[in-house]
Amino acid sequence: MAEQLTPHLRVNLCGVPLPNPLVLASGILGTTAELMERVAKNGAGAVTCKSCGPEPRVGHPNPTVLDWGPGLINAVGLANPGIDEAVEILREARRRLQPLGVPLIASVFADSVKGFAEVTRRVCQAEPDLVELNISCPNVEAEFGRPFSLDPEAAAEVTRAARPVCDRPLLVKLSPNVTDVVAIGKAVIAAGADGLTAINTLGPGMIIDIESGWPILANRVGGVSGPAIRPIAVRIVYDLWAHLHVPIIGTGGVTCGRDVIEMIMAGATAVGIGSAVIQDGPAVFSRIAGEVRDFLTSHGYASLNEIRGLAHARRHMES
Amino acid sequence: MRDGTWNPELPIPMTIREVRQETPAVKRFVLDGSLNAYPGQFVMVWLPGIDEKPFSLMNANPVTLAIAEVGRFTRAMHLLDVGSRLWLRGPFGQGFSLEGRHLLLAAGGYGAAPLVFLARRAREDGRRITVLVAARSREHLLLVEEFRRLGCEVLTCTDDGSDGQPPRLAPLAVEELLQRAAPDALYACGPAGMLDALEALARKYHLSTQLSREAYMRCGIGVCGSCTCGDQLVCRDGPVFRIPG
Repeated sequence: MAEQLTPHLRVNLCGVPLPNPLVLASGILGTTAELMERVAKNGAGAVTCKSCGPEPRVGHPNPTVLDWGPGLINAVGLANPGIDEAVEILREARRRLQPLGVPLIASVFADSVKGFAEVTRRVCQAEPDLVELNISCPNVEAEFGRPFSLDPEAAAEVTRAARPVCDRPLLVKLSPNVTDVVAIGKAVIAAGADGLTAINTLGPGMIIDIESGWPILANRVGGVSGPAIRPIAVRIVYDLWAHLHVPIIGTGGVTCGRDVIEMIMAGATAVGIGSAVIQDGPAVFSRIAGEVRDFLTSHGYASLNEIRGLAHARRHMES
Repeated sequence: MRDGTWNPELPIPMTIREVRQETPAVKRFVLDGSLNAYPGQFVMVWLPGIDEKPFSLMNANPVTLAIAEVGRFTRAMHLLDVGSRLWLRGPFGQGFSLEGRHLLLAAGGYGAAPLVFLARRAREDGRRITVLVAARSREHLLLVEEFRRLGCEVLTCTDDGSDGQPPRLAPLAVEELLQRAAPDALYACGPAGMLDALEALARKYHLSTQLSREAYMRCGIGVCGSCTCGDQLVCRDGPVFRIPG
């Protein structure tokens, strides 16, 4: 009897090798070097820090995050210590993650094109493995104006500004809250991005307490994440892959191995994990990685390369 | 979404049934609801239009909170009276686990609330409890009578000696008690400096110890990363942290 091969989970994201496709999504847990190290030790294939911007921000008042059942809704409001302190945190995170073989993705935001260029330049001093431009936070519109992610030209302009000051692979995180996400994806790739992260939170949405009549989030509205948005994330990854064939971190509502496989069959290279940490904490990564490995083993696949984009090959016969 | 099931953890309203001034800064709020919680766990209390903050439970049935007026949110809390409503999410976090026959509880300042809940549970199964209630001065000693009523041996200590005893900081008093009473386990809640000192004592005396820590908290459910203590999340891995004996 032939010896059964053990499948491997390694993936290559824009030239950066990941031990497995599971990426801690930005905004979840990535606030300190110690916590990012813990996530890596718990089986993440890459870790994204919480988005950092030019200046320190306290974010919105509480409530900022709610578990409403089929998912989360949040309006943390880009709380972050500002780029000066963030560079120090990221240097330390890098130092801790490197021996584990787990890449660090630095997520940045700003309220202007110039701001994006400056924060990107600064964050590269910490030598992250990749940089992700968060142009799609839906929770700061009152202060920042319309997110750059809603318009192809604005998204491209930010990417063009960040590209020359970024000596790392550059990802752009897209919003699902557009009518034509492929147009935005095309624009940022043409402007120099190496890959895409899709999707940021959906909405914004609102949850109202019916006893008091108050919207519960202090910001009144917030981005929707978790299983409720997964089918939308999968469809967007599918559309982006069909038209662009670039590396994508497929993110949105993934909570188990089955969801990871689905995202990769849609075309994702790696898969973001965010809201699912409320299920089992950082241990969610090793649990899901085990489930992915079990699937590959039981189906006779040697690696995720064999199933990437599989859904695109499956079409009804045309008569 | 917890455990794959779609059970929302949205705030639920409860009505205040009783308010009692405990010390110049602290009021006790007894609510009309109950929660399936254990000592050391906390709830997120939401006042619509104001804010939402974490508080350890002083009792779960009925839900009871002891809240010190220290800022904008707690000032608003202190304006509430019998019949007012407030909203709760939770219970959240890892609470105390009971171990040993003779427990030493050290309550610093506002830290007495979760220890009252613990003392009640521990007395229910007949454990012996010694409590040290510490505060900066006599009028701030919190819930002393409550501990006595539960059958605990209660000692006090104050930073300024206004309780009639020599002025002492809580960790010193605890160290004396460790030597004199030789408890099986130490439980504490109070200011960070006091807890750090007690952690050092726990290691020095190889005493099984559980410390309830405070942190600036947002989500309460372990996603936002606001309440880190090293690589630990106070809301999810804590607020009670164990130091093995």
